[in-house]
Amino acid sequence: MAAKIIAKEVRKIYDTPQGEVIALQHFDLEVEEGEFVCIVGPSGCGKSTFLRILAGLEDQTAGQVTIIPGKEPGKPLNNVVFQEYAIFPWKTVIDNVAFGLEMHGMPKQKRLQIARRWLERVGLGRFAQYYPHQISGGMKQRVSIARALANDPEVLLMDEPLGALDAQTRAVLQEELLRIWEETRKTVVYITHSIEEAVLLGDRVFLMTAHPGVNKATFDVDIPRPRTLATQSSREFRQLTLAIWELLKDEVMRAMEAQR
Amino acid sequence: MKKQISWQTLALILASLVLFNGVMLFAHLWQNHWWLGVAVNAALLVALVEYVGRWIPGRFQRIYDLVLAIGFPILLLLVWETMARNNILNPRWFPPPSRIAVALWQLSTQVDKFSHTSLWGRPWLIPQRFLSQGWPGVVALFAEGHVWVTLMRVFVGFVLGAIPGIFVGMLMGMNRTIRTMLDTTMSAVYVLPKIAIFPIVMLMFANPFGEGPKIAVVAISAFFLVAINTMTGVRDIDPVYIQAARNYGANRWQLFRHVIFPGALPVIFAGMRLALGTALIVIVAIEFIRAKKGVGFLTFYYWEVMVTEKMYAGLFVIMFLGVILTYGLQRLERRIMPWR
Repeated sequence: MAAKIIAKEVRKIYDTPQGEVIALQHFDLEVEEGEFVCIVGPSGCGKSTFLRILAGLEDQTAGQVTIIPGKEPGKPLNNVVFQEYAIFPWKTVIDNVAFGLEMHGMPKQKRLQIARRWLERVGLGRFAQYYPHQISGGMKQRVSIARALANDPEVLLMDEPLGALDAQTRAVLQEELLRIWEETRKTVVYITHSIEEAVLLGDRVFLMTAHPGVNKATFDVDIPRPRTLATQSSREFRQLTLAIWELLKDEVMRAMEAQR
Repeated sequence: MKKQISWQTLALILASLVLFNGVMLFAHLWQNHWWLGVAVNAALLVALVEYVGRWIPGRFQRIYDLVLAIGFPILLLLVWETMARNNILNPRWFPPPSRIAVALWQLSTQVDKFSHTSLWGRPWLIPQRFLSQGWPGVVALFAEGHVWVTLMRVFVGFVLGAIPGIFVGMLMGMNRTIRTMLDTTMSAVYVLPKIAIFPIVMLMFANPFGEGPKIAVVAISAFFLVAINTMTGVRDIDPVYIQAARNYGANRWQLFRHVIFPGALPVIFAGMRLALGTALIVIVAIEFIRAKKGVGFLTFYYWEVMVTEKMYAGLFVIMFLGVILTYGLQRLERRIMPWR
C-alpha cells in the first residue's frame, strides 16, 4: 500500500520567555493509506503538537510533514476532531455537521442531505435541530465526528477525542468508532493517553518519549478485525497493552519528575 | 415530600408583628421613631415570608417568587402612602403615590403651559385630526408628545452609536495593530462623562438647540460602550473555534460570518444593554439642561415650579421607559440568539 502521510525529522521549538523549549525532535512517522495509527505518550510529550502540525494549525520549526493528496480533486486533505469538541454553540447540530461542506460552497439542500445521513449513522438523527447546549458531552463529540466524516477528508486527525468523556460514554463511542471505521476505512491518526484505547482501535501504536518528543517504539496490533469491546478480554490484547505499559511507565515517571 | 411547618414559630412571628405595631401605635412612637418601626417590621416581614417560603411546594415556587417580586414594590408604595398621609414624610417633598398617580393622569390628559403638549401628545384631538388629515395627522399628534420625543432621541442616538461601535469594535478585536493604536485613546475617552462634551457638541451643529446635538451625545455614549464590549467579545472567543473553522476550510469572510460575529454576539448584547441604560441617563440629563420637550424636561420643569407630584410622575415615566427598552432589547436578544 502507498504511504499517505510522511513525516521526516520533524522538529518543533517553542520560543518562550524562559528560553527555548523543544517539543518535538527527530520525529519520523509514515502512515499508509487506510491505516489507523494511534500515538500514545505521557502528557506533554508533544503528541498533540504533532497532530496540530499535521493539521496545518501550527508550523514545524524544521523537517518535512506531508499528506499525499488522493486522486479526487478538491477533496480536503485533513479534518480534525478536537478533544474539546469545538462544535459551534450558535449552530444547530445539523448545521454543525454540514459546516465543512458549507465552507466549500456546496448548495444547501445537498449539504443538509449529506449531514442528515451522517447524523443517522452516529445515531443523532432525532437531534438535527437541537443546539449543542441541549445535548450531552458524548453527543457533542458524535456531532464533531460526524462533522469531520461528512467533510470526507483524505485523512482524519483525532486529538484525544474521548478524553473528556466518562468511562461508559467512552466505551460506547469506542465501539461506534470501530464500526464506522470498518465502514469507511479512512486513514486515521489518533492521539490518546490510553494504551487500551490505542490497542483496541489502532493497526499500529506509536509510543513517544517524554520531553522532547521522540519516537520510542512502534507496535503492530495483529488482533483481527472487526473488533469489539470484547476484544479487550483476549490474551493478545492484554499481552500487548502490558508490553506497551512496561515501556511507557519509565516515560511517565520521567514526565512527572520533569514537572515537579 | 412536604416539609413540616412548626405552627408555633409561625404564630410567634405573627404575634410579634401584631404586638410590636400595637405598642408603636398606642405609645405614639411612630412620629419620632418611624425608622425603628420600619426596620423591625421589615425584619419580621422577611422572617415571615422566608418561613412560609420553605413550606411552599416546589411546583408553586415560581408563583410564590412572582408574588414576592410584585408584592414588595406594592408594599413599598403603601408604606410611602401611609407615611406621607400621616406627615411622617413631608408630603411637599414626598407626595403620596395616589397623588402622583393623579398627577400622571393629568400629565397625560392636559397640556402644560410651556410646551403645549402632554406626555403622549394630545390624544383627545384624535377624532378631529383623523377627519381632517387622516392617519398622518394622528401620527403627528403622538409625535409631539414628551414620551415620544425622548424615545426618539434615545432610539436614533443609540442606533447611530451602536452600529459604528460594533464595526470599530470588530476591527479592534480582529486586528492587533488597530487595537494597539486605539486602545489607550478609547479607554481614556470612555471614562469621560459624555454629558460634559454636550456644550462643544452644540457648537458643531447649525442649530445648537435642535435635535442634532442631543442625538449626537447619546450616539457618542453608546458608541464607546458598544465598541469596547464588541472588542472584548471578539477577543474572548475560544481559539479552538477559529482553529476548527480554518481546518474546515473557512476563508476570512466565512470565518467572520460563521464564527467571529456569532461568537462575539453575547458580549455585544451585554454592551448594548449598558449602552441603552446610559443613553437614557444621558438624554434625561440633557433634557434637564437644554430642551423644550421630553420627559426629562418635564420632570425638571415641574421641579422648578415646585409641583413635586408631577415631578415624581415624570420620574416614574422615565423608570417605565427604562424597563420597556431593556425588555425590548431582551426580546431581540432571544430572537437573534436562539442558542442561548
